Formats: sequence, C-alpha cells, structure tokens
Amino acid sequence: MENSRRNFLKTAGYTVLGVGAGSVLIGMVPRLTDAAPVDAGPPRYKSRPEALAASRWGMVIDTRKINSRINRNIQQACHKVHNVPDFVGKLGAKNHEIKWIWPTKFKNAFLDQDHQFVSDHLKRTEIPVLCNHCNNPPCVRVCPTRATFKRERDGLVLMDYHRCIGCRFCMAGCPYGARSFNYRDPREALDEIQPNFTLRMKGVVEKCNFCAERLARGEAPACVEASNGALIFGDLEDPGSDIRKLLAEKYAITRKAELGTLPSVFYII
Amino acid sequence: MLEKALSGSKYYWTLVLGLLVLIGIGFMFYMQQLEFGLGITGMNRDVTWGFYIAQFTFLVGVAASAVMLVIPYYLHDYKEFGKMTVLGEFLAVSAVLMCLLFIIVDLGQPMRLLNVILYPTPHSVLFWDMVVLNGYLFLNIIIGWNVLSAEKEGVPPEWWLKPLIYLSIPFAVSIHTVTAFLYSGLPGRGFWLSAVLAPKFLASAFAAGPAFLILLSFILRKFTNFDVGKKPIQTLAKIVCYATFASLFLFFCEVFVTFYSQLPEHMDHKIYLFFGLDGKGALVPWMWASLLMLMTAAVLLVIPDARKNEYVLGLACLFVFFGSWIDKGLGLISGGFIPNPLHEVNEYIPTVPEVAISIGVYAIGFLVLTLLFKTVVGVKEEVGG
Repeated sequence: MENSRRNFLKTAGYTVLGVGAGSVLIGMVPRLTDAAPVDAGPPRYKSRPEALAASRWGMVIDTRKINSRINRNIQQACHKVHNVPDFVGKLGAKNHEIKWIWPTKFKNAFLDQDHQFVSDHLKRTEIPVLCNHCNNPPCVRVCPTRATFKRERDGLVLMDYHRCIGCRFCMAGCPYGARSFNYRDPREALDEIQPNFTLRMKGVVEKCNFCAERLARGEAPACVEASNGALIFGDLEDPGSDIRKLLAEKYAITRKAELGTLPSVFYII
Repeated sequence: MLEKALSGSKYYWTLVLGLLVLIGIGFMFYMQQLEFGLGITGMNRDVTWGFYIAQFTFLVGVAASAVMLVIPYYLHDYKEFGKMTVLGEFLAVSAVLMCLLFIIVDLGQPMRLLNVILYPTPHSVLFWDMVVLNGYLFLNIIIGWNVLSAEKEGVPPEWWLKPLIYLSIPFAVSIHTVTAFLYSGLPGRGFWLSAVLAPKFLASAFAAGPAFLILLSFILRKFTNFDVGKKPIQTLAKIVCYATFASLFLFFCEVFVTFYSQLPEHMDHKIYLFFGLDGKGALVPWMWASLLMLMTAAVLLVIPDARKNEYVLGLACLFVFFGSWIDKGLGLISGGFIPNPLHEVNEYIPTVPEVAISIGVYAIGFLVLTLLFKTVVGVKEEVGG
C-alpha cells in the first residue's frame, strides 16, 4: 500500500517533470528564433511594392530654413499621426510630458558647440530635435528585453511597445533626451485617435520611429512633409541620394559627436 | 526552525503587527499605482528613476556588506564573528529581497517582468544585475539557514556549504559592482561616468551595512538575551571606520577630477547637488548634511576612546547609515539626471504615494528580517541554555 502510493507519486512526479521540461523545450524553439537579432535569416513577411527602402535612413535639418511656424507644423504633424498625447497643453501635467520631435534653443541642442558669441540667428531660432537613430545606439545596448532594437535592414531604431517592461533604462542611456515614458494612460490627453498607428498603454517608453509605418506605405516621414523643405530625408549609404549630395556640399554637424553614437540626423548651421 | 518566530513577547508581536500595517498601506498605494501608472510618483521626463531605484541602489550595498563578516570568519578564521555572521547573511537576504521589490514597483509593466528571462540579453547590464542579485539571494538563504540548522542540531555544517560560502564572496562584490555598472557605463551622463563609481559604491556599502549591523546588535542585546559580545562589535566598528574613510576619499577623488578639469558636463551635476543650479536646489541641505555626518562619523570612529564608548559608537553608526542613505538614496539618482541631456533643470520631489510604497517595501524587508532574526535568537537561546 505504502509502496504503491510512493511509486505512484514517483511516476506522477516524473510525468509532471517530463511534461514540464518537454513544454519548456518546445517553447524554447520558436523563442530562440524570436530572440535572435531582428532580420537575421530570411524575412518572414514581404514589404509592399510601394514601400520605401534604404540601407540606412538619415535626415538633414537645414537650420537656415527653420522658423517657428515650421517648428510648430512639424511637431503637430508628427504628434497627430503617432497618437502622441498632449499632457502639458491639456492637463498642465509637465511631469507626464511626451514628445517625439520638439524645438529647442541651439545652446540646448548643441551643448558642445555653444559659445558666447554664437550668431544672433542661432541665439534666436529654435531648432527641432528628435531621436537620432544612432548607428551605435546606447538605448539598444542597455535594454534588458530587446524591446528597443536597431533594424539592421535600414538602420531605424525602433520600439516594441508590447515587449517593453517599462524599466526606463533606455531613457537613462539616451544622451539626447529623445525618449518619453507613458506615466499614465495616453487616452487622457488625446482628442482623436488615429486607428492606423499603435496607441501605447501606460508604463511603456516611446520615441520617434522615423515614421517606419509611413515608409512601409511608400510615404515620407510626416515631419519631412510638413517642413517646407527644411528637413531632407534619404539613404545615407547611397552616394547618389539627395541627402548625400547635400552632405557632400555643405558642412553639417551632429549632436554630441564625441560620444561615438553616430547619429543619423545631421544639422546644417 | 521557523517555529521560533511563531512565539514571542508582546513587543515582538506589536512590531510584527506594526510592520504588517505599513505593508498594507504601501500595498494600497501600489494598487493605485498599478491602476493609474507611475504618474502618481514625482518622476518626470528627465528624472526617470526616482526614490525606488535609489533605495534599490542603497540596499544592494547593505546586502553586499555581509561579506565584511563572511571574509574574516570563513577566510581568516576570525572566531569572534561566529555569532554575528548569520545575522549578516540574513540581513543580506532581507536587503536583496527589498532590492528586487523596489525594481518591481519601479516597472511600468510589472506583469511583463519575465520578458527579462524570456529574451535574455547579455549586452544589457540589467540582465546581469538580475542574475547576480538572485544568485546572491539564494546563496545567503541556503548558507544562513543550513549553518543555523547545524548549530541547532549541534553538528558541524554540511561539507557542501563551504564552496557555496566561498562563492558568496565574489557574488557580494559583484552585486554592487554590477549595480554601479548600470549607471557608470552610460554615455552622456557625466555624474555617473566615473571608473570609481563601483569602488565608491563598495566602500560606502562596507561602511553603511556593518554600521547597521552594529545598531541591530545593540537592539538585539537590549530586547533579547542575545549578545554578540563587545569584541566583534569593536572589530566591525574598525571596518566601518576604514570603509567610511575609503568612501570619503573616493568622493574627494571625484570632486578633484571634476572641478580641477572644469568640464561643465561633469561639474554641473555636483553643483546642482551641493549648491543648486538655475535657482533650484532641493537637495542642497541634504547633501551637506550627508557629507557632514560621514566626516564626523569617520573622525569619531578613528579615535579609540570614542569608538569604545558605545553611545558614541551608536551615534557614529547612525551618522554613517543615514549619511550613506542620503548620498545613495536621494542624491545619486537625481543628481545624475539633473541637469538633463539638454542642460535643462527639472527637479524631482518624491510624492506621498511613492514614499508610502517605499515604506511598504521597507516594511516587508524588516518583517522578513524580524522573523529571521527571531529564529536566530531562538536557536542561540536554545543552544546556549
């Protein structure tokens, strides 16, 4: 009696152990491929024929053409298509501010380039800052779940809002202050919700995605469209692209070049 | 053995009940945080880690400090620490537990916590912090519990404990080193970008942790029959003394490098903390209080007559503990985020719910500590009597 019960328990134990281990192993197979760097191996889906492609997307901001109206237009265009809530304007909640692209003074954008006798134009004008889509992004290095990652196909630094655990390590890692955290439900400060872009939930980090969803539809980034020619977008790896021609012609700078992050956003001063 | 924690005096149960009430209050605020989001804290777009992560960082140090008993006792066969070592190990258990809880309450999406294990990411320091913290937690539970059981049974500890004990030494160093690496490897955060951050963390941990153990020993002696003895406390006091000097020395090294080189992006954080920046300086009095407390304690502890007087020793230990707490629990995190990467100053002040949740986590830690220490005292009384 005693013995058979012990045997039964033993068998049951091993069965549970076996099933457990088996399901873990079965679960691991797709998991491991998931965990492999994005775009390793053949793509599992096809791009649309109209999709825009590049080896490394980049942007040039011609600060000579920037004015406060353009600054306002590009921010509005970006925040509208990406369901970015306006906690400051609507609720006065400065702590919960979320922004993807915003105008700031030259001395704030370029701490290392500012000096006493910088031109009047630069002292006056605010210039747009956004995620730099670094070629060597520190935010990707520090993320413990690879929720933020660099898409090797075109160099975009993107976010998986459904994997992010909200630890905010990437925000500490980003030397440009480009990332925002959803301290509360974004719906509280959104007038209308664009159905064709992800609405974030509370507790995850977000930032500019260089309009990856628009590029996939063959459209230029929303800020570029709204910039009246002040923002130029293109493939940094293609020597024939407009952006490369512009960079070859004019001297452009990047923010905090000394950090070795290799930003993909350039500024003509 | 745990049954020792189930019987106790009126004071004991009052303490347990009090801690349970604090846990309950903290839990209710945590429910509010889960519902609303981390917006109920004082954190903002610039200061994205606040009180929670600061407490985590401080407590990692308290946990690591157990090694200051383990090394003399197990490596150098310093018998005087025999009665105290298990206290250090159990203090480490409760401290690491609080560390893990502080990380969990800081997460925006705590239910996705296991993503860290599902998508293991070796290039993230946070992944390694999870590995070493959990490793250290289990090592201390296993070691402390088994050594105490052996003492209760009057038999020598199991042979396989020795390698685990030796393993716990590098683990103790690693938990605070890896925690420092969370901060010191970030480009563009001048306040943390310092190679002495990890050694400074260790030095201040080896001061604050043993100081706290001395205070706990005084409390145990007052309220129970358990006395660790004068000699181990004096030895520990010397450890606190030298560790305090080491941490002050490393602090002054940083101050020299920062202010002699005059690199603005490194200076401005320290200026904010100690003098205020752009008219904002919520932490200025705290930082000076911390520095004064640590310097006073160092001087008191280095004078033999002062150190041997237990009232002075107690005061010095309080100074070391609270001085380090302000340094790591308030200044370290805010100071790194202010000014922000665009050189703007947005201050951070913790909110009531945030502090209540933190007190709740501390209460859980102290409850575990109380239960474990009660077990230790029970066993020691049984063996001694």
